[in-house]
Amino acid sequence: MTISIDPQKTNNESLQPKGWLRYFSFSLDHKVIGIQYLVCGFLFYLIGGTLASAIRIELASPMSDFMPRDVYNQVLTLHGTIMIFLWIVPVVNGAFGNYLIPFYVGARDMAFPRLNAVAFWLIPPSGLMLVASYFVDGAAQAGWTAYPPLSITTPQSGQIIWILSVLLLGGSSIFGGINFIATIIKLRRPGLKLMQLPMYCWAMLGTSLLVVLSTPVLAGTLILLSFDIIANTGFFNPVLGGNVVVYQHLFWFYSHPAVYIMVLPAFGLVSEILPVHARKPLFGYTTMVFSIMGIVVLGLVVWAHHMFTSGTPPWMRLFFTIATAFIAVPTGIKFFNWVATLWGGKISINSAMLFSCGFIINFVFGGITGVALAQVPFDIHVHDTYFVVAHFHYIVYGGTVFIIFSSIYHWFPKVTGKMLNEKLGILHFIITFIGFNLCFAPQHWLGLNGMPRRVAEYDPQFQLVNQISSLGALLMALSTIPFLINVFLSVRNGKDAGDNPWNALTPEWLTSSPPPVENWEGEAPLVEEPYGYGKEISERT
Amino acid sequence: MTTLDSSKEIQNNNSEATEAHEDFRMFGLITFLIADGMTFAGFFAAYLTYKAVNPLPDGAIYELELPIPTLNTILLLISSATFHKAGKALLKDKNSESQKWLFLTAFLGIIFLICQLFEYFHLPFGLTDNLFASTFYALTGFHGLHVTLGTLMILIIAWQSRIKGGRLTSQNMFPLEAVELYWHFVDGIWVILFIILYLL
Repeated sequence: MTISIDPQKTNNESLQPKGWLRYFSFSLDHKVIGIQYLVCGFLFYLIGGTLASAIRIELASPMSDFMPRDVYNQVLTLHGTIMIFLWIVPVVNGAFGNYLIPFYVGARDMAFPRLNAVAFWLIPPSGLMLVASYFVDGAAQAGWTAYPPLSITTPQSGQIIWILSVLLLGGSSIFGGINFIATIIKLRRPGLKLMQLPMYCWAMLGTSLLVVLSTPVLAGTLILLSFDIIANTGFFNPVLGGNVVVYQHLFWFYSHPAVYIMVLPAFGLVSEILPVHARKPLFGYTTMVFSIMGIVVLGLVVWAHHMFTSGTPPWMRLFFTIATAFIAVPTGIKFFNWVATLWGGKISINSAMLFSCGFIINFVFGGITGVALAQVPFDIHVHDTYFVVAHFHYIVYGGTVFIIFSSIYHWFPKVTGKMLNEKLGILHFIITFIGFNLCFAPQHWLGLNGMPRRVAEYDPQFQLVNQISSLGALLMALSTIPFLINVFLSVRNGKDAGDNPWNALTPEWLTSSPPPVENWEGEAPLVEEPYGYGKEISERT
Repeated sequence: MTTLDSSKEIQNNNSEATEAHEDFRMFGLITFLIADGMTFAGFFAAYLTYKAVNPLPDGAIYELELPIPTLNTILLLISSATFHKAGKALLKDKNSESQKWLFLTAFLGIIFLICQLFEYFHLPFGLTDNLFASTFYALTGFHGLHVTLGTLMILIIAWQSRIKGGRLTSQNMFPLEAVELYWHFVDGIWVILFIILYLL
C-alpha cells in the first residue's frame, strides 16, 4: 500500500528556525534531534558526574563526615538513575542513532519524524523532574534498582516522582526503539541489502528489539510499585502477603537487557570507528551480525544472575549461570574481530582511535569480571560489594562512555564542519584513561575483601585504597575540562574539516559537513561496501 | 523516501507536490502493540508467580463469579466482528453503513465497561484486601483502560467516517485499520486474561 503526502502538513522548512535556534525548537530533522539528545545528555552527565564526585569525596574517609547517611543514599540513587536513564541510554541510542541511522539506510529522515521529536522532548522535563525530586521532603534513596521493601518503607514523595520520571523516560525509549526498527527494516534505500548495512545499524536493530521487548515490563513493574506506595496494595510488600522476589525478577527482566541497551550501540559505534582509522575492512562482518543477534536472544534469558542471593532455587541458578556464560561467546567473537580489524592496519593514533582502544582494553576487564560474577559461588562471595561496582563501571564507563567520547571525536567534523584539537583530545584521553582505571581497578580489591556497596561508612582498613579510588575520580572530573575547552574552541575557531576528513567510506561522509537538511543534494548514494578500505576504487562495487 | 521527502518536490513542482512511498505506519503500530503486549505479559507472569508461591491468608475470598466475565468475553468477540464489518463497508465506500457498524462496536465496548464496573461493585473484595484482589484489579483495570481508550478511538473514527467532510474513505483506510488492529489486540488480551484469571 502507498500513501501520498500532503506537503502542507509535512515539514514546512520556511517555518523552521535556522542556525543555533533550531536546536531549541521542536524540529523534525533527525540531525537536530540527535544533537539535542547529545547536548541534553551531556548536561545531565555533568550533574551525574558532580554527584559521583560527591560520593567519592564522602568515601575518602571511613566515617560519614561529608554528608549525612541518608543524603549519601539519595545522592547515589540520583547518580545511578541520571547516568543510566538520562546520559548513557539517550546518548548512545538516541543521539548517535538519530544522527547516523538515516544516513546509513540511505533515507532523508527517520521513519516517524514526529514520534522522534516527541521521544526526545519527553527527556528534558522528566530529567528535570528527576533532579527536582532530590529537593522534595524525602528524596528517593532506594538506589537505581528501587528494590522493595526499601523503596516502600523509605520516605515516599521522592520515590513517586522518581517512578514517574523513569516511566516517562521508558516511554521515550520505547518510542525511539519503534522508530529505529521501522527505519532500519522499512526505510532502506532501494537496492541496499540488510547484509550491506554498516554495523551500527545492526547494533541499533538489536538494541531496539531489546528496548521494545523489555522496557514495557519495567513500566508495568513500576506501576505496581507505585500502587504499593500510593494505594497501600501489597504486590511487593511481604507484610501484606506480597513477594519482593517477583519485583526483582520483573525489574531485572528489563534491567539486564538494559545493560545491552547501553553497550550494544557502543559495539556498533566502535565497529564504525576502528576500520576508518585503521584503514582496513571490518573483520568478520557476518560473525559480528550473528553475535549481536545472539547477544539479543541470550540477553533476554539471563536476568536472574543478578539474584543468586535472593533465595533463587538451584535449578534456576544453574540455568542462569550457563546462559550467562554463553554470552561470553558472542562477546568474545566481537572482541577478537575488533583486534583482528586493527591487526596489520595502518593505524592513525588520534583521539577517536585512542578512546576506541581504551574501550577495548577496559571492556575486556569488565567482560572477564562479568564471566566471573556469573559463577554462583563467586557471586555469593562478592554480591553487593564493590567488586560489582567495579565490574559495572568497567562496562558502562570504560566501555560505553569511552565510545561516546570516541564517537564525538570521530563525528564532530561531520556535525560542525570543524576539526577538534588533537592535542587537547589526546590529553583528554590520557587523563580519562588513567583516572578511570585508578578509580575503578582498586575497587575490585575492595570488593574481594568484603567492602559493601551503597554504604556511606566503611572499615578503616579500606581507607588507603578508597583514597586512591577517589584520586582517580578527581582525575576523571578534571578530564572533562580539556574536553569542554576543546569543544568550545573548535566550534568557533577549529580547522575546517572538509566533507570527509578521515577518508571514510560510510554514507554520512559522502555529503557536505554539516549535512544539508535532507541529508543529500539529489539522490542518496548506494554504499554497498561501507568497509571497503585497502581496495582500489575500481574494485569496490 | 520519507514523509519529509516532499519538501524538495515542493520547490520543483508545486502543483503536484506529493510523493508516494510505502506505508509503514502499520508496521510501527504492530511494534508498539508487541511492546504493549509485553506489559501485559509482565503482569500475567507476576500473577501466575503469586498464584504458585504466595498462599493467601486464611479466610481470604478469591472466588469469582463467571456469568458477567463470560458475557463480557462474548461482547468483545462480537465487537471484533462488527468492527470487521465496518472495515468491509468502508472499503466499498458505504460510509454510513460503516459508521453504523462502528457505533455498534463502540456501544458494545461501553456495555463491556459498564458490566466490568458492575462486577467491581459487586465483588466481595476491594483493591487492598489481599494479593489476589490487588492483582485482579490491576490486571482487569489495566485492560479496562485499554478498552476505554479503544472505545474513544472508535468514536473518533466513527465521526471521521461521516459522509460530509469526513476524512475516512476507501482510499484513506489507515485510521480505521489501525484502531481495528488495536481493538483485536485488546480483545485477544481479554481472552488470555479471562482464561488465566477466571478459569485457571
